[in-house]
Amino acid sequence: MNIQFRESQEAASPLTTKTAIADCDIHPARATRTELYPYLAKRWQHHLEVYGVHAYQGMMEGPPYPKAQPNASRRDAYPPEGGPQGSSLSFMQQQLLDPNNVQLGVLNPLNTGQGIRNHELSAALCSAVNDWQIDKWTSKDKRLKASIVVGNEDALAAAAEIRERAGDKNFVQVLLLSRNVEPLGQRRYWPIYQAAEEAGLPVGVHAFGFGGNPITPSGWPSYYIEEMVGHSQCQQSALASLVLEGVFERFPKLKMVMIEAGFGWAPSLAWRLDKVWQRLRSEVPHVKRPPSEYIREQVWWTTQPMEDPERREDLFDVIKWIGWDRLLFATDYPHWDYDEPSRVLPAGVSEANREAFYLGNAKKLYGIG
Amino acid sequence: MASLIAGGVDCDVHPAVPHLTSLLPYLSDYWRDQVTTRGMVDLVSQSYPQNSPITARPDWRPASGKPGESLEDMQRHVLDPFQVSRAICNPIYGVQMVFSEDLQAAFCRALNDWLAKEWLDRDPRLRGSIVIPTQSVEKSVAEIERCAADRRFVQVLMLVMGDTPLGKRTLWPIYEAAERLELAVGIHAGSAYHNPPTAVGWGSYHIEDYVGQAQAFQTQLTSLIIEGVFVRHPRLKTVLLESGVSWISPYLWRLHKFWRGVRMETPWVDRAPLEIVRSNIRFSLQPFDAPPDEATLIRLFDHMQSDELVLFSTDYPHWQFDGQDALPEGLTADLVRKIMIDNPHATYPRLT
Repeated sequence: MNIQFRESQEAASPLTTKTAIADCDIHPARATRTELYPYLAKRWQHHLEVYGVHAYQGMMEGPPYPKAQPNASRRDAYPPEGGPQGSSLSFMQQQLLDPNNVQLGVLNPLNTGQGIRNHELSAALCSAVNDWQIDKWTSKDKRLKASIVVGNEDALAAAAEIRERAGDKNFVQVLLLSRNVEPLGQRRYWPIYQAAEEAGLPVGVHAFGFGGNPITPSGWPSYYIEEMVGHSQCQQSALASLVLEGVFERFPKLKMVMIEAGFGWAPSLAWRLDKVWQRLRSEVPHVKRPPSEYIREQVWWTTQPMEDPERREDLFDVIKWIGWDRLLFATDYPHWDYDEPSRVLPAGVSEANREAFYLGNAKKLYGIG
Repeated sequence: MASLIAGGVDCDVHPAVPHLTSLLPYLSDYWRDQVTTRGMVDLVSQSYPQNSPITARPDWRPASGKPGESLEDMQRHVLDPFQVSRAICNPIYGVQMVFSEDLQAAFCRALNDWLAKEWLDRDPRLRGSIVIPTQSVEKSVAEIERCAADRRFVQVLMLVMGDTPLGKRTLWPIYEAAERLELAVGIHAGSAYHNPPTAVGWGSYHIEDYVGQAQAFQTQLTSLIIEGVFVRHPRLKTVLLESGVSWISPYLWRLHKFWRGVRMETPWVDRAPLEIVRSNIRFSLQPFDAPPDEATLIRLFDHMQSDELVLFSTDYPHWQFDGQDALPEGLTADLVRKIMIDNPHATYPRLT
């Protein structure tokens, strides 16, 4: 986390001797409130000025669970030229990409057009964010790759956006959030998976989002920490839905990435799915194989925030059960719960596993040469 | 296969209410009249459809009626063959699903009286849980105090998916009463269906609801710890029943990390979540979601770094295992003794 980072932070100069890594969860921010306007029709600029975004939660600005720090971001990540954390390419290069020798950085923009009740506005904002990612980020630094953000509640519009961007090498995945109007396996979202599979793009599911449902099965909890810890439960429910609705069976080439919700829960969830499926499979005949098989073949996980056992080697058991070939290193820059690359893996990991964890798995999944 | 030992405590068995009409003798004139005049039907929860394979093991399923409605069957299937000294009855009946707190309270009272008369009175090995109308904290506390006079009630019982997260301060008088009266608080799988059964909305299938119970337990554990229930009530024991076990350690590694990161938000949580779980939270053994290989099981128990967390259960009549295979592979004789005898007795002060 960031306090540790400050202790360990060295001069922000390129350390080219460091092993190259991929960072599969970077959050680019807008420097100003109106930075997307050049990519939006006049109608939507006007709409935003008058009505705002009308999300599936009540706050016009900011989140209903106040973050631990401004913008949930590191206090040392404000760019010197001003603007919020993560809004400057040059400072991101200086603070993240160069010193850590990031060879592949996957951008996952948040606070875009997702989770907005006006689905036309949602589609317009997502398309604008996708244009903005190219102009401001990926065209200016070849290490960075973008995610196609889609307004998923209108899946046909989302699929159209994916098809429009398909083949554009600036984009390496489609991005969804975990909390939506319905669980992600539901049929209403299938056009997205179909388009992603056709385009050969993985679908990333990043923690967060608002879909109008209480964020626990017993209603709304009180605290930010409950929301944060709870992302792993939301992600589990989303993944269970994808398996049990038969999404992986129907789209066998689809690849899903679980982003920023931990991975320690994966073995237990897969075992539970398998065990219950043995009993209840007659209810879901479209799920033809044990659920763990679909998960093993079609799901990846980003690492941050890494679970943190008292005995760190305990985590190796879990990684072994998931597969060293399924984890994608991520820092979550510039957010406060950043995982420092040099500190996440203790000694005792083989060179091959270390390379796969930090870089190889990501390059393979995202098709980067 | 680890061997069962005699004299254990089965911490999760489910006597079934045959029908809402079975409770009529335990309702007041007014409520009996309401039930009959308004044509109220049986309160069967979607969580356990009667014919679902998970609701009853095939060889425990009766020719007619609900699984678990016969004491003789329970004796024949569990109490005798597992040689238990005690079994804690957790009635899972849909009383939590109604929306009127008055109706809920009347049904809970009848259910508790029914349990005492039709089950606890008829087999000295049985102990009971007090089902409470959680929509009203006042009525819940009154019901706890009324039933607690009978020492055979050893626990207060709530569902894992209810109206609010269970750590919420409004519910604390329930925990105060439980701690004062030496009752554990049991939280059992199941939903009142007052909220969608997952944090991301309504799924399509029964299997999805059942898988989702584990995630519901995880969010409730966070709520109980973070709101400070165990700071206020350090002697309170909370038992997660039919929760699954194999998720515990990775869940705690995550909670612990965030607690270290943002503990300034909840400064009253003055001990690490790991320590709070070790002192105050227990888990029933079944279902144990893990592959049946011994090496994995040994690692899972080792990750817990405690031999005191798990309490023996069969989850009768639910179908979690076959034959007598209630214990996972690879447990040492010492751990079996802890799980079957020592841990339940340390958890339930009234369990004599």
